[in-house]
Amino acid sequence: MTGSPMDFLTPAELDALRLSLRVALAAVAATLPLAVLAAWILARGRFPGRGFLDGLVHLPLVLPPVVVGYILLLAFGVRGPIGHWLDAAFGIRLVFTANGASLATAVMIFPLMVRAVRLSIEALDPGLDEAARTLGAGPLDRFLTVSLPLMLPGILSGAVVAFAASLGEFGAVITFAANVPGETQTLPLAIYAATQTPGGDAAAARLAGISIALALAGLVLSEWLARRVRRMVGG
Amino acid sequence: MIALDFRQNLGDFGLDVRMEAPAGVVVLFGRSGSGKTSIVRAIAGLARPREGRIAVGGTVLFDSAAGIDVPAERRRVGYVFQDARLFPHMSVEANLRYGQKRAGPAGPSDEFGSTVALLGLGHLLSRRPGTLSGGERQRVAIGRALLARPRLLLMDEPLASLDAPRKAEVLPYLDGLRRRLGIPVVYVTHALDEVMRLADTLALVDDGRIAACGPVGEVTARVDLGPLVGRFEAGTALDTLVAGHDAEFALSRLAFAGGELVVPAVDAPEGTALRVLVRARDVMLATRPPVAISARNVFAGTVSDISLEPGAHAEVAVAIGGVRLRARITRAAAAELGLATGVPVHAIVKSVAVGRPTVHP
Repeated sequence: MTGSPMDFLTPAELDALRLSLRVALAAVAATLPLAVLAAWILARGRFPGRGFLDGLVHLPLVLPPVVVGYILLLAFGVRGPIGHWLDAAFGIRLVFTANGASLATAVMIFPLMVRAVRLSIEALDPGLDEAARTLGAGPLDRFLTVSLPLMLPGILSGAVVAFAASLGEFGAVITFAANVPGETQTLPLAIYAATQTPGGDAAAARLAGISIALALAGLVLSEWLARRVRRMVGG
Repeated sequence: MIALDFRQNLGDFGLDVRMEAPAGVVVLFGRSGSGKTSIVRAIAGLARPREGRIAVGGTVLFDSAAGIDVPAERRRVGYVFQDARLFPHMSVEANLRYGQKRAGPAGPSDEFGSTVALLGLGHLLSRRPGTLSGGERQRVAIGRALLARPRLLLMDEPLASLDAPRKAEVLPYLDGLRRRLGIPVVYVTHALDEVMRLADTLALVDDGRIAACGPVGEVTARVDLGPLVGRFEAGTALDTLVAGHDAEFALSRLAFAGGELVVPAVDAPEGTALRVLVRARDVMLATRPPVAISARNVFAGTVSDISLEPGAHAEVAVAIGGVRLRARITRAAAAELGLATGVPVHAIVKSVAVGRPTVHP
């Protein structure tokens, strides 16, 4: 045995940790641009059906996660309309895969991210946008040079919260992606599996400890980021 | 030249703006809520009139009949907001260059340096707007608008949110701008000292309309506009040239179209163009030439207009040479002297009552 800090984890547990980080990162990265877009539309758009879109975006927040996983199974399963098309056109299968775990996680964290970004959009000073207009900046130019930089603190805090929530996502993942060690068994799923195994208490405790450490690290990181970014945007 | 002729609905009241002004500084003057800001927002393209036409120097920016509505970002109309609106996430230099970068073909190569020097911003370039004083922020905002090479500069009460010392700090820069800028300026204010100092053309705004528009001296001399200009400060702006100094008594003589005005010594060489405000309440009227009187300034003229108000006061305009001077006297005095249009009178102005002259070439 060498002196690595991960020595006290078994290879299977280490896999669960790596997979969790990978799934969470992928979910946050894939959701972020969409969340910014959805938040912008919901905050600024005035069109029929806005209330419906708002409800749809927030649905995963109020539905039981298992139900979200089940709906995903119906849509993205190999015989589901989207899943069938993905499989036929690109050979992509999401059910019972790590990418599927990322998809289920992404759907669950989407509303959290939209809410954080939307708050930062609503806090934007419309006067700055007007000032940029009189200085000759078109709509996309203004979004990229004025609105987006000023939304950055909100976007980052949304991403950190969503990342932390991703690490804990259980119901939707186990329903849609199942509990396959090394493929879809993230930390919470591994903890659940350990508690179901005779003599698995020590493994469950170790994994729970890692979860707590990750959560704390996330909190510290987000505080630090928030302070840096606030200074950067001069707020 | 600025030509405005438009109508716009604004909640519970509306704008009905018709005015033309030559190049130079046009001051929109009026009470808060009279519609001044709404007028400049329409010129900038930040608000859209219901119908009408807006043209600056021959370029049509808005014309409902012709279906023209140039977007704000393509109007090249600079806008200095009351609250500066600097971008908080950029340095002063990045703020200044924001409009310059988007202004199309490069201007004179020293454009940035000369603007920075004109506004005294050199030592601020690397700072963030959050660390600037109110006066500094406003100067940066002015520089940012100028560097975008606008065809017209709108300034919406740029000094209103500043305290007196900060205001005194920015005003000299505005003076400098007024003399050097080749572009027309529309300046919104409700402070009479800014009108005196900056205006070439004065437009009085009342309840969404232009109540009067013309050269400053002409508009301020109109007695029918009294309540709009404000009772206490109302007076006549006279454009004068320094004619000479009297060192012994510390007096200066200022020549204007109606004669010479003697005032406490001003620190300006002969020939300097100065504008003075003669407040209506500081002008006395006599029907016979006064003798043995302490007042230094007696001008013979005739009553050109008289406005009797419901209260104790009467406003009288006296034509002296080529100008009109406003006098605020009691209604009783007007009756006793038999004042009416065409009556010859002598207007008496105490030298010490004349406001401090401002340079106005």
